[in-house]
Amino acid sequence: MTLTLSEEQAFLKDTAKKFAQEKTPTTHFREIRDNENPECFDREIWQEMAAQGWSGILVPEEYGGSNFGLAGIGVVLEELGRTLTPSPLFATSVVCATILNKAGNDSQKKEFLTKIASGEVTMAFALEEGPRHKPFSINLEAKKDGKNFILNGKKNFVIDGGFADYIIVVAKTSETEDHLSLFILAKDVKGLNIIPTTMVDHKNAANIEFKEVIIPEANLLGAQNDAKEIIEETLDISRAALSAEMLGGALEAFDITLNYLKEREQFGEKIGSFQALQHRAALMFTDLELCKSCVIEALTAYDEGSNDLQRIVSLAKSKIGETFFNVSNEGVQMHGGVGVTDEYDIGLYMKRARVAEQTFGNSEYHRNRYAELTGY
Amino acid sequence: MSNLETFRQETREWLEENCPPEMRKPMTADGACWGGRNFKFTHPDQKLWLERMGEKGWTAPTWPSEYGGGGLNYDENKILAEELFKIGARPALASFGLWMLGPALLEYASHEQKMEHIPKIIKGEIRWCQGYSEPGAGSDLASLKTKAVEDGDNFIVNGQKVWTSYADECDMIFTLVRTGPQEPKHNGISFLLIDMDQPGVETKPIKLISGKSPFCETFFTDAVVPKANLVHELNKGWDVAKNLLQHERKMLASMGLGGSAASGKGKGKSGSGLANLSKKYVESSEGKISDEGLRQKIAKSDMDAHAFGLTLRRASEEAKNSNHGPSAATSIFKFFGSEHNKRRYEIMLEAMGTQALGWEGGEFGPEELAVTREWLRTKANSIEGGTSEVQLNVISKRVLDLPQ
Repeated sequence: MTLTLSEEQAFLKDTAKKFAQEKTPTTHFREIRDNENPECFDREIWQEMAAQGWSGILVPEEYGGSNFGLAGIGVVLEELGRTLTPSPLFATSVVCATILNKAGNDSQKKEFLTKIASGEVTMAFALEEGPRHKPFSINLEAKKDGKNFILNGKKNFVIDGGFADYIIVVAKTSETEDHLSLFILAKDVKGLNIIPTTMVDHKNAANIEFKEVIIPEANLLGAQNDAKEIIEETLDISRAALSAEMLGGALEAFDITLNYLKEREQFGEKIGSFQALQHRAALMFTDLELCKSCVIEALTAYDEGSNDLQRIVSLAKSKIGETFFNVSNEGVQMHGGVGVTDEYDIGLYMKRARVAEQTFGNSEYHRNRYAELTGY
Repeated sequence: MSNLETFRQETREWLEENCPPEMRKPMTADGACWGGRNFKFTHPDQKLWLERMGEKGWTAPTWPSEYGGGGLNYDENKILAEELFKIGARPALASFGLWMLGPALLEYASHEQKMEHIPKIIKGEIRWCQGYSEPGAGSDLASLKTKAVEDGDNFIVNGQKVWTSYADECDMIFTLVRTGPQEPKHNGISFLLIDMDQPGVETKPIKLISGKSPFCETFFTDAVVPKANLVHELNKGWDVAKNLLQHERKMLASMGLGGSAASGKGKGKSGSGLANLSKKYVESSEGKISDEGLRQKIAKSDMDAHAFGLTLRRASEEAKNSNHGPSAATSIFKFFGSEHNKRRYEIMLEAMGTQALGWEGGEFGPEELAVTREWLRTKANSIEGGTSEVQLNVISKRVLDLPQ
């Protein structure tokens, strides 16, 4: 796999960087948070992103996308991650676009992927049912009833679920374990109770109750009982993309901290001259360099069709998870008192690190998976 | 066919014809060819392989052909490495001349000096050791006291070096000596090449905790060194020293991978050397190591190795189109590689229990005894070539630009 960006990818990254610096610096994040915007994102900004083509990076050209690859959307997410830019890009254009692309039939792709690419619709993926990532222990049931399915159960931590126009839900469709199916449904379907929540990182993640929700079988995505592989692959693509966003966040948290070390004076000296802090900064920098390599490897592993994708993705998610955790904690500590004030940005990164860490498997989950895939 | 394809074809044919059968067998603990005036070849094929590769300049594939190097570009060098790997060829030459001195000479030495020394390094005719540290100058290397005084066409050198690797088997030593005692410490140091085959130079091996003696003390008593052996300007040796240290750190960093699970290319299932070793000593069920604490440590170590291998590869891809040698960022690799290697051996010891704590005797297999000695050897990894703490200083000051 190539570990350096192509010219086109580097250009896209640069464009995203400028966009984030000019249009969505952390003050943009704060504005949305402080105005208690229930959607937790800005629709105008989202339209601008769509106009840049970002919403359709993973969408095939025949449905209006650019099919520019995971590394393409990865570099955009990295730059947006640096400024904590709130947007539906991850849930809609990575997670749900991938599911539709892999599981949807022609008419579903035409209907939904086209609208994802154009930025007309937002979507959320309802997978988790408990506080920890367990993608294949699903209790929400979908029972066949003539030409319909009837859904009953609960989902939590549905990223963007509070505002998304459509929900893609994972349901158990047989008594056999692992017989899972995917359905797409509009947010206003009868029996659906969406409870928007705000997470500690001030992003939206809904709890959703399904009570006798009736869905026509035309809304089934892919074959009945056969969704496990698609879910697994979608999760890996999403984990790689999320790792890129986390890398951006970790790099920015580190840069902010490094600047603070170079400015803040105590005992008549810059605190960055103290060896106790210098060595910890050097350790973080080393970890970040390793993370950069793992993330780019994970992104290109998918684009280049590696048969070792799962292991590489687990490597990336685990490494950046540990590093973002550590860099954000150290960042707060090295800022001293102001590190725990809302005025300084560093605390925002620590909050984001925690939510991202729990999304689609924490570091321990992926270390365990890496060991299993390596044969121990 | 593109030029590179032609090159690959020709390389493959040449290696097929010229790499002797004995040199395609897996490397053994004492199988490295160090070259030099007094080297005892372990097999005639070892000598033949060195001569053929040296003649071709492929012991130093990317060095300029003007001085006997291979003159290959990045892509050609990569192809050569791949083709050597494919046939399981042993390195024709292991040498501090190749890894450390040569690159620094190419950058700082005069044309005459390059003509004199580089070809002999490439052909393995002269074996070099490093005279940097002194009893009173370890991490604070620039406080070194070995002095060189001008005397006609010569320098007369007096003092003591320590941690000179394999000095008792080497022909020449590259040294840092004090030539400007009145100057501030970094500005009074010169870089001198000293022939060890003279009465004024004596060596004495140092016995380490591993029981082995890879390092020596080296004593200079009125040693005579022609002025032609001064590299770069008088009192400007610190520039050469820093450059050379970066090459040394790069070499030490890649040793940190120690042939473990990941070379940066995922090897997939059963790709973990640590796990396979552990399974011989601890319980596992259906291939899964039952001791969850140990299993997590192994996974962490394997993932570190994987990530580190990728990072070395990324650095080499990034350097592809620039002519820069290793930079201060090499300290990241030296630091991480040596610390990782130490952790890896501690995990082996944990897994093997008392079987990795034997010193001698019949209860222990040769591989087990080797692990014990190697574990002890790894403790020097984070000291030699600049301690881990020195690497962190370099990263924070020269890479992160934190205030002094």
